[in-house]
Amino acid sequence: MVDNPAVIRERLSGKRVAVTGATGFLGTALVERLLRAVPGCEVVALVRPGRRASAEERVRREILRNDCFHRLRDEWGDGFDAEVERRLTVVSGDVATDGLGLNEDDRLTLCSCDVVIHSAAAVSFDSPLDTAVEVNLLGPARLVGVLASSGSRAHMVAVSTAYVAGSRRGLSPEALLPDTPFSTEVDWKGEVDAARRARADTDAESRRPECLKRFAKLARAELGAAGAPVLAEKLERLRRDWVGDRMVEAGQSRAQGLGWPDVYAYTKALAERALLESRAHVPVTIVRPSIIESTLSQPHPGWIRGFRMAEPVIISYGRGLLKEFPGIPEGVLDVIPADLVTAAILAVAARGPEPAGPDVVQVASGARNPLRYRRLVDLVQEWFWEHPLYDAEGQPIVGPEWSFPGRGRVQRQLQRATKALSVAERAVTALPIRGRAAELPGHLENRRSQAERALGYVQLYGAYTEVEAVFGVDRLLALWHSLDDGDRAEFCFDPATIDWRKYVQEIHLPAIVASARVRTTPGGKTGANRAERGRRALLSKDRHIAAFDLENTLIASNVVESYSWLATRHLPADERVRFTLRTLREAPTLLALDRRDRGDFLRYFYRRYEDAPADRVQQDAWELFSQLILTKSFPAGFRRVREHRALGHRTLLITGSLDFIVEPLRPLFDDIVCATLDRDAEGHLTGELRSAPPTGEARALTMADYAASEGLRLEESIAYADSASDLPMLEAVGYPVAVNPEAKLATIARKRGWHVEQWSRSPGGPRPLMPIGPLLRSARVGARS
Amino acid sequence: MPARSARPGFVLDVDRSTPPTLFWHGEQYHLERLPAGSRVVYPPEALPALEHPDAAIRHALLNPLGDSQPLPSLLRAGMRLTICFDDISLPLPPMRRPDVRQRVIEAVLDMAAEAGVDDVVLIAALALHRRMTEQELRHALGDRVYDAFAPQGLLTQLDAEDPESMLHLGTTDAGEDVEISKRAATSDLIVYVNINLVAMDGGHKSVATGLASYRSLRHHHNVRTMQHSRSFMDQHRSELHSSNWRMGRHIAACGIKIFQIETTLNSNTFPEQFAFLQRREWEWTARDRATFLGVSKSLDRTPARLARSIFQSIRSPHQMQSVQAGEVEAVHEVTTRNVYRQQLVEVQGQSDILTMGLPYICPYNVNSIMNPILVACLGLGYFFNLYRGKPLVREGGVVIMRHPTPWAFHPVHHPSYIDFFEQVLAETTDPLEIESKFEEGFATDPWYVHLYRTSYAYHGVHPFYMWYWCAHALQHLGGVILVGGDPKAVRRMGFKPASTMRDALEMAEDVVGRDPSITHMHTPPLLIADVK
Repeated sequence: MVDNPAVIRERLSGKRVAVTGATGFLGTALVERLLRAVPGCEVVALVRPGRRASAEERVRREILRNDCFHRLRDEWGDGFDAEVERRLTVVSGDVATDGLGLNEDDRLTLCSCDVVIHSAAAVSFDSPLDTAVEVNLLGPARLVGVLASSGSRAHMVAVSTAYVAGSRRGLSPEALLPDTPFSTEVDWKGEVDAARRARADTDAESRRPECLKRFAKLARAELGAAGAPVLAEKLERLRRDWVGDRMVEAGQSRAQGLGWPDVYAYTKALAERALLESRAHVPVTIVRPSIIESTLSQPHPGWIRGFRMAEPVIISYGRGLLKEFPGIPEGVLDVIPADLVTAAILAVAARGPEPAGPDVVQVASGARNPLRYRRLVDLVQEWFWEHPLYDAEGQPIVGPEWSFPGRGRVQRQLQRATKALSVAERAVTALPIRGRAAELPGHLENRRSQAERALGYVQLYGAYTEVEAVFGVDRLLALWHSLDDGDRAEFCFDPATIDWRKYVQEIHLPAIVASARVRTTPGGKTGANRAERGRRALLSKDRHIAAFDLENTLIASNVVESYSWLATRHLPADERVRFTLRTLREAPTLLALDRRDRGDFLRYFYRRYEDAPADRVQQDAWELFSQLILTKSFPAGFRRVREHRALGHRTLLITGSLDFIVEPLRPLFDDIVCATLDRDAEGHLTGELRSAPPTGEARALTMADYAASEGLRLEESIAYADSASDLPMLEAVGYPVAVNPEAKLATIARKRGWHVEQWSRSPGGPRPLMPIGPLLRSARVGARS
Repeated sequence: MPARSARPGFVLDVDRSTPPTLFWHGEQYHLERLPAGSRVVYPPEALPALEHPDAAIRHALLNPLGDSQPLPSLLRAGMRLTICFDDISLPLPPMRRPDVRQRVIEAVLDMAAEAGVDDVVLIAALALHRRMTEQELRHALGDRVYDAFAPQGLLTQLDAEDPESMLHLGTTDAGEDVEISKRAATSDLIVYVNINLVAMDGGHKSVATGLASYRSLRHHHNVRTMQHSRSFMDQHRSELHSSNWRMGRHIAACGIKIFQIETTLNSNTFPEQFAFLQRREWEWTARDRATFLGVSKSLDRTPARLARSIFQSIRSPHQMQSVQAGEVEAVHEVTTRNVYRQQLVEVQGQSDILTMGLPYICPYNVNSIMNPILVACLGLGYFFNLYRGKPLVREGGVVIMRHPTPWAFHPVHHPSYIDFFEQVLAETTDPLEIESKFEEGFATDPWYVHLYRTSYAYHGVHPFYMWYWCAHALQHLGGVILVGGDPKAVRRMGFKPASTMRDALEMAEDVVGRDPSITHMHTPPLLIADVK
C-alpha cells in the first residue's frame, strides 16, 4: 500500500492527529513522537482537567516537562516553546463523562481531526469495577459517539490490549472479538448497569449501622481518644476505603469469573464490542499491544513513565522482598517496548482505515521473538548479581533464587504470613509501650505490608506469567513488510529486532532502577540523615509557633502522679500506705477512662481536689516542681523549648494539667494553656473545672485561635506530642513531631513521615518508686532570703 | 592533749614486693600494680581530735585572735546579728551528727540570747550553689536550731539573683565589684561559721565568695585567675585568694564587722567498715583484706544506682581538730597552719605521670551524682591543685584518672550542666573560648536563674566555673587519660579513654616518652603535696 520512501511522515504531514490519555505512558510517547518524527502534523491532546490544575497546566507540567521531551528540547533548542505553541492544541475533556465534557469549540477542534488515537485508560489492574467500566469500557464508545454525532470522518485508532483474549491457551488471532470463535459473549450494557448498581449497593451497605459501628471501632482502635472530628474523618475514610476495596474485589471476581485475568482486560474486551456497536460510520482500527515496557531506542533507550507492571515486581526482587514468584518457566511473557507500539500506531494512522471495515492490529513479541519466563528471570538475576541494590546500612542485597512454584502455593504462603503478621501487630499495638519499643508495631506493619504487597503482585500479575496464549501478529508484519527502508529505520515496530539480553540488562533494568528510589551505591550514608534534616527544618528561623504537650512529651509523669504526690505530702506513714493501695486498685479503671476520653477522665479525676486548701496546694506545687516535674523531666525536651525560644518562635505549652502544677514552668514558655479548678469562698478548690480542659480537638482550636490572635501561621508551626489523642493538635500544624510516641502514634508518624524524637530522662536522676511526697517534719523549708 | 601521735605523710617507692595500690573508681575500688620505681604519696594519719569540742568552741569565742573583742562583748540587745554558715559542699563526705556548724551556731546563739539579741537571721552561704533541702539543713544545724528559726522565716538561704536581697558595696582598688547579701551587709555583726576542709576554704573567701553574686564572683571565678593561681590551695600564690582578700578588705573598709569562726577537721574520713581506705596497703590486716574483698566484690555486682545511694548515705566520722575565732586574717592564718599540719606531705621533685583514683564525691554532688564535668573538676581542678610549690606532674606531663564517668546528670541539681555538656563542650573544650563565647548567655539565662532560685539547681554559670577550675591543669598538662570511663563522655571533654591502667600508661608514653616517672596520689583522705 505504501510505496514511497518515508511514507508515514509524508502521509501524516498536514494532518491533524488527536491523542486522548496524553498524560499517560503511551500518550506522552505518542505526542512526543508525532511532534518530533512527523514535522508536518498538528497534535490535539485531549486532557482531563485535574482537581487543581487546568488541562493546559497539566500538559505543561506532566507532558512537556517529562524527560521524554529532553531529546526534542535539545533538537529544537530555543524554538521549542514556539513550535509546541504552533503545533500542539490542548482540549479539555474527560472520557469518563458522556459527551466527553467538551465545550463547543473543543468539540469542533476534536472533530476536525483526521486521526483520533484513543489511548486513555485506567491501566491499573486493580481498579474498582465501576471506575474501570466508566473509563475503559465506555470511554471509546463515548469518543466514537461524539465523532459520529458530529459527522466527523476521522479515522479512530483505539488502543486496546492483547489480553482481551482472556486466560486462554493457543493462538489468539488479530480479529475482531465477535469474529473470534472462543470469545466470551457478554452484554456490555448489562455489565455497565450492574457495575453502577454495585457501587450504589455497596455504598448503601457501608452505611448500615453494623458497618458504621465496625468502622467506628476500627477508627478508635487505631487512633484512641483523638477526639470526635478526627475520629469522624477517620471513620469516613475507612468507609470509603471499604467501598473501594469491595468494588476492586467485585471487578476482580467478575473479570476472572468470565475468563479474563483482571478487570483491565475484561473492560477492554467489552470496550471493543461497545466501540463497534457505537461507531456508526466512523472508521475504526483497534491496536492491541501486549505488556508495554520501557523504550528500546526512541526518544532514547530506557524511557519509561510511571511504575508499571513488571517494575514493582523487579524492584521488590532486587530489594530481596519477593522470596518467590509464581510462573511457568517455559511460558512466554509477552513484553513489548513502548516505542515499537507508538511506531505501529503511527503506521496504522498513516495507512488509514481498512476499506472493508474495522480491523485489528496486535503489537506483541510472543509469536515472533518470544521471551521465556525463565530467561527473563535469569537475565534479571544475573544483572542484580552485577549491580546489587544496597540496604540502609550500605550492604549489598542478595536476591533470592526463584523456584517457579505454582501460583496457589505462593499465594497460600503469603496469605498465612500476612495473617500471622497482622495478628502480631494488633497484639503489640494494644500493649502500653512507648519510645523505641513502640516502633515494634511499626516494624511488624512494615513486614506485613511487604508481605501484602508481594501477595498483591502475585494475585495481580501472577496470571500474566502463566498466560499460554500466543498473540498473532500477521497483520502487523504485513504492515511492516509494506514499509520501505526509510520508514523501517525511523518507525521500527518489528518485534524481531529486539535483542532480549541487551534490552533487559542494558536498557530496561538500568532505567527502572534509576527511577525507583533505591540505594545503588555501597557504604554508609554521607551528609545529614533524615532525623537531622527533620530537626533542621524544625529549628529554622521561618517557624512561628512551637507548641508542646507536657505529659510524656516533656516529663515522664502524669496528672495522677502529681495528685498522689500532693495528696500524700501531709499524710502520716500508715495513711500513705492505704492511699497508695487505693490508688493502685483504681489504676485500671482510670487507665480505661483515659483511653476512652481524655476530657472526661480529667473532669472525673480532678473531683479529688475538692476541698483541698488552694493556698497550701499552690505552695506544695513548688516542691512538687523539683521533686516530681524536674526529676522526671526530659532535659532534651526542655532544651528544645529553649532553642525554639532563642530562635524567636512563640513557645506554647498546651496541657490538661492544672494551673498550679504548671505554674513553675511559666518562665520556660511564652504562654501556657492549661486546666483551672474553681475555688469556693473559703479558698478551697471545688474540684470542678472552670472551663473545658484543653484536650483532643480543643487543642487544635486553641492552636488556631492562638495563631489567629497573634497573627502567626499554623502551617509554619510545630507541635510536639506523644499520643494519638493529641492528633488534632499535631494535624493542625505544618510540622508535627511525635515524641516518644506510643504505638498508635508511632505507626501514624511513620506512615505520614512525621519527625520523631526519642527523649529520655537524665540517667543520673533519682527514680522514686512511688509518686508520693517525702515525709515532712515541719511545714516549711527555709526560703531564700 | 594528743592521745597518740599520728604518723606523718609518706612517699613510698614501689618495688617488686610492694602490694598492689588501691585506686578509687567512683563507687568502686580497684587494686592496681604500679610499675617498679613509681612513687605513692600517702596522706598523714588522722590527727587527734579535740577532746571537748564544745569547751574548745567556747574558749575560742571568748579568746579571739587578732584585733577582735570576745564575742559576748560584740553582742548587745537591739542589734542586727546575721549568722552565716558554709553550705552542703562541706565537709566531704557529710559528717555524723552533730555537725560542726550545729555545735558552733548553738554556742553563738547561747551567747546572743544571754546578751538579749533578738534580731537574728541565719543565712546559708550558698553563693551560686544549689539550695539545701530541709533534711540537709536539719543535718547541718540540728533540729533545735532549725525548728527555732525556719518556721519564722529566719533561716534563709542566699538568693544571689534577687536584686532586693543583694547590696553593691562599690569596687576594690582593682575595680572588682563587691556585691554581697544585703541582710549581712546591713547587720551590726556577721558571724561566719566555717568548716575548713582544704586550704582553699575560709578566710576572706567565706564572705566575699559565699555571700556574693555573679556580678562579684566573675572577677575571680574566671580562666585568667585560675591560670594564675599556682595553686589555689596555696593562698600566697593564688590569684583567686588575692582577689578575695582585696574584696574582704574592701568589705571591712565599708565598716562591716565580721566575727570569723573557723574549724578544721582531722582526716578520719571513713567509717570503721571502710577502715582499709585509710591504711597503707602493706599494713592491711587480715580483716582489712577481707573487708576490701567483700566490699569490692559486692560493689561490682551492685547496680550503679544502688551503689550510689549506699555511698551517698555514708556519714563521715570527721572530728574537730581545731577551732579559732576572731578577726578574719588572723584566724585564717592559724587555720591554714592546722590544715597543713593534717594534710601536707613533702615530695621530692615532679614526675612525668600523675595517677589518681577519683572517689564518688566532690563538693557539688552531695546527695547527687558525679557527672562528667564534676569528674574533670575533681581530678584536674581539685586533686591536681593539691600542691604547694609546683605540681606533682611536670609541665607537658600526663594525668591518668580512674572513674566510671557515666554520661549521667542529676536533672534537678545540674540542669545547666546537661546543656553545657551537650552544647558547649560539643563545640569546644578550650576554657578561654568557652568563657568568651558562652558564659554570659548561661549566667543570665532566665530559666537557669528561675531554677536556681525556686528549685534545687546550681546556677547556670556553675558548670563554667567547674571547667575553669581545670584551666591551670589543662594549660600545664600534655594529656589527660581517663581509665574505665564512658568513652563517649570522656572524649566529649577532650580526654582520652583507656580501659585499663596498663593501656593508659602505654598511651601516656606516647606523650612523655619511654620509662616515665610515675607518682600516685593516694587520696582521699586528702593530702597536699609540698613539692620541692
